[in-house]
Amino acid sequence: MSAVMVSRKVTRKWEKLPGKNTFCCDGRVMMARQKGVFYLTLFLIIGTCALFFAFECPYLAVHLSPAVPMFAAVLFLFVVAMLLRTSFSDPGVLPRALPEEATFIEMEIEAANGSVPAGQRPPPRIRNVQINSQIVKLKYCYTCKIFRPPRASHCSICDNCVERFDHHCPWVGNCVGKRNYRYFYLFTLSLSLLTIYIFAFDIVHVVMRSVDSGFVSTLKESPGTVVEVVICFFTLWSVVGLTGFHTYLISLNQTTNEDIKGSWSGKNRLQNPYSHKNIMRNCCEVLCGPAYPSVLDRRGLLLEKPGTLAIQLASKTSGLELQIAKAKAAAFLRKQSCDDAEYSGPSSTWSSASLKERVSTVKGRSPIAKENGPTPKSKSINPTETISNSKEQDPTPKEKASALKERVSCSKEKRQSSKEQGPPPKEKASAPPLASPDDLTDTFLEKERVH
Amino acid sequence: MAETHSLQDIRQQASVAAKVFIQRDYTNGTMCQFQTKFPSELESRIDKQQFEETLRMLNNLYAEAEKLGGQSYVEGCLACLTAYTIFLCMETHYEKVLKKIAKYIQEQNDKIYAPRGLLLTDPIERGLRVVEITIFEDRSTGSGR
Repeated sequence: MSAVMVSRKVTRKWEKLPGKNTFCCDGRVMMARQKGVFYLTLFLIIGTCALFFAFECPYLAVHLSPAVPMFAAVLFLFVVAMLLRTSFSDPGVLPRALPEEATFIEMEIEAANGSVPAGQRPPPRIRNVQINSQIVKLKYCYTCKIFRPPRASHCSICDNCVERFDHHCPWVGNCVGKRNYRYFYLFTLSLSLLTIYIFAFDIVHVVMRSVDSGFVSTLKESPGTVVEVVICFFTLWSVVGLTGFHTYLISLNQTTNEDIKGSWSGKNRLQNPYSHKNIMRNCCEVLCGPAYPSVLDRRGLLLEKPGTLAIQLASKTSGLELQIAKAKAAAFLRKQSCDDAEYSGPSSTWSSASLKERVSTVKGRSPIAKENGPTPKSKSINPTETISNSKEQDPTPKEKASALKERVSCSKEKRQSSKEQGPPPKEKASAPPLASPDDLTDTFLEKERVH
Repeated sequence: MAETHSLQDIRQQASVAAKVFIQRDYTNGTMCQFQTKFPSELESRIDKQQFEETLRMLNNLYAEAEKLGGQSYVEGCLACLTAYTIFLCMETHYEKVLKKIAKYIQEQNDKIYAPRGLLLTDPIERGLRVVEITIFEDRSTGSGR
């Protein structure tokens, strides 16, 4: 028998994500499209610190203490770590609604609004919720087709809805939201400290050297100091100011977005319903709260359409081999469409070992369910009857065997994967039973979780 | 032979009749909680008590994940001191609870929902926005011949 190799192009979900983000390192890194200012930030920080270590540190380590450059190094590493963490992480992007969910919400909206007379503008799509005795309006996002959760906002630069949206920061090249706000705050705080530190020790260095060799010659000997002082001076005002502003926001549990819009300014008796009315508790929640996971499954696998499948036959194919190849492909496709239709991953492990058990359990339950049904319409799925009744769908024994093999091996694979599943394919939710093994042109998407 | 048919075959032959989406409940703020109101589409399929019990359990699990307490503070401070590099080797408390939730949903599906032709989808697969319940078409005796 010839070996049938089905080569498939494997893509990860980040490649198909809507929105204007750029991804690096195979989906591990997520940033905004414009990264120029981020590179500038990185250059300024690394450049200034490099100058500090080159010009100031040798002198200060000897004449003051070696602790000075050591602490500077630790602070520098912390700043860069926080910057990279802020820039590269998912800020809390909300995935867009799948077609069924979008339709469901539309139906609810239409039901709520009733019929709108022709020519009249439909009322704005707003949902009112009461949060801690405050009425909050949830707006509908036409791009993402969802009602935005409270405090979420749609970033037009990244074209995503972001939870607890603070602002889009070009300096870090990313949005600042629920997931990376604390890293952003620690970045600004540590950068303020680093700037003050470098500025202070530049002054100390110049003063100490000037005592020995004079002011002008000091500046000539270490030109880096001049550059550092200029950069630090301008950075100080902006970064320290920003840190102070965010400290104020954190103590009140507000976002920049809310502050700018004046959502909780006290007008119309609107108070911030998210604040704990206690500065310490607010700070603890924002900075030491739980580390929220990303709900965007960037690294999950997507399978390409079967039209792009290259079924390569290792040797000349006889009719029988072709039939086997087609049967395998059909079983494979059937498995994919099953995944489409219902569950995925750990929640769908119908292992072959427990099949008989499950079938007998369901069989046992169906008469009971019929007796206990609350309405006359209630029925339970009777799988054995379904199987025996579906004559025209009966595959050939060879196809059955290969289909079963595929399924068992796939369910084993899925049992081994322990992480969460990504969102299901965007295409049709219901999988019509495959008509024939020859039909390889249906569109399907598969998801698999990769460790 | 019929009994060794994979149940995925049965699922494939049972087409999706409808989907119900349980929305988030924001009355306590931005914490992840779902509404426990029993949808009318499920009236014929499942007991109201059962459904509410499932959702209540889910809400409790999410509340546990997002709890602001001693453990989350310690985790936060420790992570900060290590410049968050500790998360490269350690699983966060939230992720641990998410695994528990995935297991719980699978259990509920196996024991309660699948025999009634329903399927719960883990909310994490929908961005923690909705609990999606797929209602499968009922195949009564005699159909499908």
